[in-house]
Amino acid sequence: MNQKGPRLGEPASLWRMRAVPVATVLIASALPLMLPLVASSPVLPPLGLLFFLCWQLLRTEMWPVWIGLPLGLWDDLFSGAPIGTAVFLWTAASIAIAYLSQRIYWRGFFHDWAIGALLVAIVQSIAALLTHPHAETGRVLGLVAPQIIVSILLLPLFLRLTGKFDNFRLKRR
Amino acid sequence: MVRPAHRRPGQSRKAQYSLFVAYVIAVTGAVAGLLLAVLSVVDPVGFAALRVASHEVTAPIARASRSVIGSISGIDDAVSAYVGAGSQNRRLRKELAATRRQLVATSSLQEENRQLKTLLKLQEADKTAIANGYLLTSTSTSSKRIALLSIGRNLGVAAGQPVRGADGLIGRILGSGPSVSQVLLITDIDNIVPVRRARDGLPALAYGRGNGDLDIRTLNIANNPFKPGDILVTSGTGGLYPPNIPVAIVIRRQDDGALARPLADPAKVDAVSVLRPYTPDNAEALLKPDADAVPEVPKAP
Repeated sequence: MNQKGPRLGEPASLWRMRAVPVATVLIASALPLMLPLVASSPVLPPLGLLFFLCWQLLRTEMWPVWIGLPLGLWDDLFSGAPIGTAVFLWTAASIAIAYLSQRIYWRGFFHDWAIGALLVAIVQSIAALLTHPHAETGRVLGLVAPQIIVSILLLPLFLRLTGKFDNFRLKRR
Repeated sequence: MVRPAHRRPGQSRKAQYSLFVAYVIAVTGAVAGLLLAVLSVVDPVGFAALRVASHEVTAPIARASRSVIGSISGIDDAVSAYVGAGSQNRRLRKELAATRRQLVATSSLQEENRQLKTLLKLQEADKTAIANGYLLTSTSTSSKRIALLSIGRNLGVAAGQPVRGADGLIGRILGSGPSVSQVLLITDIDNIVPVRRARDGLPALAYGRGNGDLDIRTLNIANNPFKPGDILVTSGTGGLYPPNIPVAIVIRRQDDGALARPLADPAKVDAVSVLRPYTPDNAEALLKPDADAVPEVPKAP
């Protein structure tokens, strides 16, 4: 038997199974700073956060709850928010997802959407308030409100995209 | 349908402990992250180096994508331009008529000014520019308005230097890396620019709104003297920004001042120049007609 080549129907390599989710979040976090877009308001949805939440909604047990620490730190380096904001908020979000996945035993699509929407809204609002501690609360929230709405409407798309990446991650040879 | 999570680790002590430890790490790390965030709000300079270093990583890709696609001008701006096209047209016609009249009056003054300047042997050379570059990209997902400038310490860019485009003020340098630097745009909520009305020198402050517009507030709040169409320029008060750089045009009166739109749109501006900060010794050098230290203006890469 040929030991070197992959066998038919063998599970995907462990390396790929671990790297794909992390890589998608890291790239999505850094992507806005690679586009030649000088925005005058927060126009793009928080891509890194959306992928982070979608992976956890799709595969609750894939990551330990502390995965928000390194991934959040990476996002902080690129988002423009004070460093530590996403470390705190992303970890809090993954604890919330872990808790909710125990509460709601069989989650469906609408559960996922609702949980994701709630978490995106909370994370983006608190991040904006932490970024501008001296500004009026109402104005800061008004600034991120359009972005939150767009993100919530895009969540199903991101769930599907994450599903596609998950299929690639687990594809048998 | 999502498979239910098997969070209960069963009888295995080892599995129970590892789950517990994961939660302990997560909660401790989250609290540490919150403290870090508060720290970096209090002391933004300390963490700027870390962030600039990460921007050095994405800058080559931003340069490449910019050269391929060109700059994507403000999407939100394009949408609102459609909505406000009718009223804008009417307003612009009115402005054009007024401007024509002014232009006639100004042209004679300009000629007189030129003659007086030649008499005084004042040179028009811009002595304040340090370097020229272009805006690569910006933080478009957060409420912070930071743009990335294509030049850094290699051309003498340092924190605290003002940045302007051809049309007006863009912002100031927040931090600089070896080959890129961060610009805090004047539209950021935390950025305040001391301005004065170009017409009569009425002093005011321009606060960023975070959505591309500026709030103009006068120092005396008794009356509201602003009219749509008023041009605001930097006053030079408090240092940093040199005087007489165009900043914004008033578009609407408000209860406590006015709403203004920056004259230089960072989304559309191509090249920007980094200026010397307006400190007392720099100001004197500016006023001196024959300052021997004329700084070289390097070309943008």
